[in-house]
Amino acid sequence: MSSLPEKDRPIVQLLLKAGTCPRCILRFCCVGSQVLYRHPHKDLMKDLQEFLKNSQEKEDTACLDVADPPCKRIRLEHREEGADDLNHNGAILQLPSAGDGNAARESSAGNVCNVCLGVLQEFCEADFVKKVCQKVNSADYQFTSFVFSVSLPPQLSVRERAAWLGVKQQMRNLGLPLPKDDIVQLKEAYKWIIHPQLSEELGVPADGKSLFEVSVVFAHPETDEECHFLATACPDCFKPAKNKQSVFTRMAVIKALEKIKEEDFLKHFPCPPSSPKNLCDALEIQCNNGAVFVAGRYNKYSRNLPQTPWIIDGERKLESSVEELISEHLMAEFKADSFNFSSSGREDVDVRTLGNGRPFAMELVNPRRIHFTAEEMRRLQQAINDSSDKIQVRDLQLVTREAIGRMKEGEEEKTKTYSALIWTDKAIQREDIAFLDDIKELKLDQKTPLRVLHRRPLAVRCRLIHTMKCEYIDEHHFRLRLKTQAGTYIKEFVHGDFGRTKPNIGSLLNRTADILELDVESVDVDWPPTLAE
Amino acid sequence: CIVLSFCRICVITLAEAHPLLQSGKTIKNINYQISANCSRLQNKVSGKSKRTCLFVFQIQGAQFLTELAPLCRISSSDGEEYTIYSCIRGRLIEVNENILSNPALLQEKPSTEGYIAVVLPKFEESKSITQGLLTQKEYEEVLLKRRGSAS
Repeated sequence: MSSLPEKDRPIVQLLLKAGTCPRCILRFCCVGSQVLYRHPHKDLMKDLQEFLKNSQEKEDTACLDVADPPCKRIRLEHREEGADDLNHNGAILQLPSAGDGNAARESSAGNVCNVCLGVLQEFCEADFVKKVCQKVNSADYQFTSFVFSVSLPPQLSVRERAAWLGVKQQMRNLGLPLPKDDIVQLKEAYKWIIHPQLSEELGVPADGKSLFEVSVVFAHPETDEECHFLATACPDCFKPAKNKQSVFTRMAVIKALEKIKEEDFLKHFPCPPSSPKNLCDALEIQCNNGAVFVAGRYNKYSRNLPQTPWIIDGERKLESSVEELISEHLMAEFKADSFNFSSSGREDVDVRTLGNGRPFAMELVNPRRIHFTAEEMRRLQQAINDSSDKIQVRDLQLVTREAIGRMKEGEEEKTKTYSALIWTDKAIQREDIAFLDDIKELKLDQKTPLRVLHRRPLAVRCRLIHTMKCEYIDEHHFRLRLKTQAGTYIKEFVHGDFGRTKPNIGSLLNRTADILELDVESVDVDWPPTLAE
Repeated sequence: CIVLSFCRICVITLAEAHPLLQSGKTIKNINYQISANCSRLQNKVSGKSKRTCLFVFQIQGAQFLTELAPLCRISSSDGEEYTIYSCIRGRLIEVNENILSNPALLQEKPSTEGYIAVVLPKFEESKSITQGLLTQKEYEEVLLKRRGSAS
């Protein structure tokens, strides 16, 4: 049962007559009890009508209670009705005609609310809840909670303001104190009503922090142009945005409503607002799961495999890629819309990645499945490894978004070790290369290699070769193992890149040197955590 | 001149048959100052690149060269002066400052450390430019013909 205080009577009277639904009326009366809003629409309507009727009856019996403090007597003024009646307290009592009560009842039965355009009416009913849940269930997502987000057409803010101004105006006309400004927000009331229903149908709780989002977009084309007057009143709030279709975005409208003066608003818009013909449309019901992140380390055993797809002018230059070989299985298992692959540095097509492999992370966007046990991840890892001998993955695991930062740190800060097969033009003997082993912390100046100049800025980078160890093979070949700072171009260190990397193996040995093979022996990043086999 | 090209980048070097590479020539001076207002040394190249898989690379301020734009003037000790031209259209990325400090490099390693300049043609033009160049074989045929007609 509603327990509205007397002071709310004029508000209820005005809004009910104007065609406002019971729940919006409760909002304007600042009723904070969530439970009340969940009562069926019909009951609430009956309640309000009772509330008004009771006051009428009270007036009819003309209970002139001297003990009542003056504030309890409400001066009701109807412009259409006639004479004032003075009771002996001096308060003016006006009997609202019976006709008014009936008119209010008729105008609000079956009408689309002039404030919420039906959001707190039809769209709180079991039918709509069922529709939403059907969509969610058919989309086949895995989730343990949900967040329900609602997009309302901007003109709702305009109508809300108009209703409120109408109420304020009425209170002023009746000589009554202005009511409190803390109206219950429409979205909040809507969630009070619909969350429990959705929660029950879906079997999971509503949680503001949930990664699983069910979103509904409401539109009301019939009243779309109602925002336009704001553009003439506050032109600087509406700047044409490049990609947006309409300049009347929710944000822009709210900003304009904050700026516009009450008098100007009243001039341009009926307060309270008029009743619309149609309900809102629920345009789209969409589901979206927050991204999950899978990390691991990969080995690359092929000298003919790019890390990411190599496509020039729409033509694929090399078959497959590390990224695709890994993502294929993950996408299938997680049933995601798309992925973003990133790793702690990269290697060239013709370079192998040995040792513990290179850390990588795969972001899976809008995955349908999100829960995987450690055992399932192991099996997924095995499936990837069985499917290709060009790559192998290890330590495959789910990680948080924040953990990706650790991987990117590795790219810039951590050392790498390599093994290079080097050719020289002039003959070498063991003694000629032995001195390389003793060089520590060799400083290089590397200009941006010519082979990447078309996509990297021209710069000089200082890099350190921490240690070197060579293995003599024959008069024109030796193997060099080196440990270097992150970001060092190894190939250029060997052949000198037209003298643009100094010093280089050629200059150190006083010969022309070239690199025949390169392997990454280790990427010294201790992330992601090593998993027990 | 010879143009070595990969990934659209072109390196301008002296051709084998260039007089400067014939025996007996000593280089006296290499000058990148082309005119009063133009020095190839003052070529400012700034680039922006996004640290992601898609690179957005803009060259701002780099001098744009046409085929006949002079890159440098080289004078030899016997009084001859040679102008080296770009031979291709594109943005000048860098000139080789190593040959300024060590002119012998130009003659000892003309096609590697003694290169003259690096030029990046416009994306749309790069294919037509490389196709318009002579291959090694074609170049040698031209030289043969030249020598043949001379004698």
